[in-house]
Amino acid sequence: MSSDALAAPPAWRAPAIVAALGLAAFVAMPDQLGLLTRICTTALLVLSLDLVVGVAGLATLGQAALFGTGAYAAGIVALRGLTDPLLGLGVGAAAGGLLALLSGAFLLRYSGFTFLMLTVAVAQIVLSLAQKARGWTGGDDGLSGFSIAPLFGRFAFDLEGRTAALYALGVLVLALYGCRRVLHSPFGLSVRGIHQSRARMAALGTPVFRRLLAVYTLAGALAGVAGALSAQTNAVVGLDSLGFALSAESLVMLVLGGAGNLVGALVGSAVFSLLHHTAASINPYHWLFVVGAALMGVVLLPPERAWAWLRGRFGATGVAR
Amino acid sequence: MSTPLLEVQHLDKRYGGLHVTRDVSLTLNAGDRLALIGPNGAGKTTLVHQISGVVPPSAGRILLAGQDVTQLPQARRVRLGLARTFQITTLAPTLAVQHQVAMALFEREGLGGHFWRPIDAYPTLATEAQGLLAQLGLQQQAHWPAERLAYGEQRLVEIALALALKPRVLLLDEPMAGVPQSDGHRLLAALDALPPELAVLIIEHDMDLVFRFARRITVLAEGAVLADGTPDEIRAHPLVRAAYLGHAE
Repeated sequence: MSSDALAAPPAWRAPAIVAALGLAAFVAMPDQLGLLTRICTTALLVLSLDLVVGVAGLATLGQAALFGTGAYAAGIVALRGLTDPLLGLGVGAAAGGLLALLSGAFLLRYSGFTFLMLTVAVAQIVLSLAQKARGWTGGDDGLSGFSIAPLFGRFAFDLEGRTAALYALGVLVLALYGCRRVLHSPFGLSVRGIHQSRARMAALGTPVFRRLLAVYTLAGALAGVAGALSAQTNAVVGLDSLGFALSAESLVMLVLGGAGNLVGALVGSAVFSLLHHTAASINPYHWLFVVGAALMGVVLLPPERAWAWLRGRFGATGVAR
Repeated sequence: MSTPLLEVQHLDKRYGGLHVTRDVSLTLNAGDRLALIGPNGAGKTTLVHQISGVVPPSAGRILLAGQDVTQLPQARRVRLGLARTFQITTLAPTLAVQHQVAMALFEREGLGGHFWRPIDAYPTLATEAQGLLAQLGLQQQAHWPAERLAYGEQRLVEIALALALKPRVLLLDEPMAGVPQSDGHRLLAALDALPPELAVLIIEHDMDLVFRFARRITVLAEGAVLADGTPDEIRAHPLVRAAYLGHAE
């Protein structure tokens, strides 16, 4: 009986659409592969942010700390001669996940505004540590001069960025699939429940803190993968990958696309990056103006209201006719 | 006589100078129907918060089936068989009712940490959730988000969630609070249909319901137990009449 089933959308649908769109862009715009790669890495970061903000309901401004840690970790192992890209992704995931686990064990004892401010504080501490540890991070100069071995030992990272674009797209599609699976699992359901009512979930026997720590660690690992991907495809890591601006921008992208369903994270980062790319080359002032206006529209006009308005407008004319 | 399912021993709670629970002891056995009554501010909900683990007591002990749970977090107590409902409806507003019941079932079965298998791949639990909702007359609303249900129906969902946990002890914090007359009978039916072996502690202001439902009544006033006895004894108790029933009747 289908009505007895606990409805969950198929996890492969959204990733399949993203893969198709990505491949279409790859074929249609061979001279914009760098942009496609950047959109994919950014989308991965915003996807990880959505797990924390949209799914678990914890507003954070420290996601870049996890991203940057993954980027530096991947850059450092590549400089030490471990240049396999998938190994680098694994190291980035481990670094981001470990930082999230350690900082989350402290941060997640708080919520709301306190949590938000503490995420900023943790990110600032990580940034200043990276500035001091010149031997590892290169300080203000960042990391560069490392190369990445061919993917699967076969596909070299070419100058046109074909391998990089497909690699980034592939990682994003797999990550989206994984996140959709998690979102519609019993674990994901309980995290969504915690978002809406911690008291209710605790009364159901949910270990609230442990669940939040698990989802925060997962998001950290994913942000670490995004960072590693960025390091490998750009062949450089800078302090801006740990910066406050990146955290704030990814939050803007998430809100722009819609938080909580994971797909919005991808839409938001694609729209933001495309706006950035096209409008910024015309006029840097206007591009920020457009982003500001779009953000205002999204924040002030909740989707239900927008739909109701559209229905009212077009439904009314339909009746009149 | 076997070990009581719930024992509260000399419980005490202070918030600074405010003494909200004063040396309260009570016992619940399987099948008990104990009502906790008392004027507003008597410390009834605070007591339920301490028993369920939301608020730590300042002194005293709480035992579940003989096991000291005073230091255990709420989730552990739930897994040991202690469920509760809330005075103010506490549901996830936008999640479907059946998903909320499923969350309770997942936690009860220890599946709440499963992060890969989709929720629709647990057919026996889905059937159990449907059955529970049908039992409370909520099958039509199974796919609705909780916030769309009438208030009386939301109160029923609270009971469905508690029952989904298959508890041995159930704490009901004013299940009838705010429920309009027209929905009252559905809640009464749900209370009457509680499993007979379940130990129930109910806080309620509706005296008709208390005297109908409870087999024992504990009266709380200013944080302390004022009287304790059968409904008939409580009805006749002079102090109780002065302190409480005088207002209600």
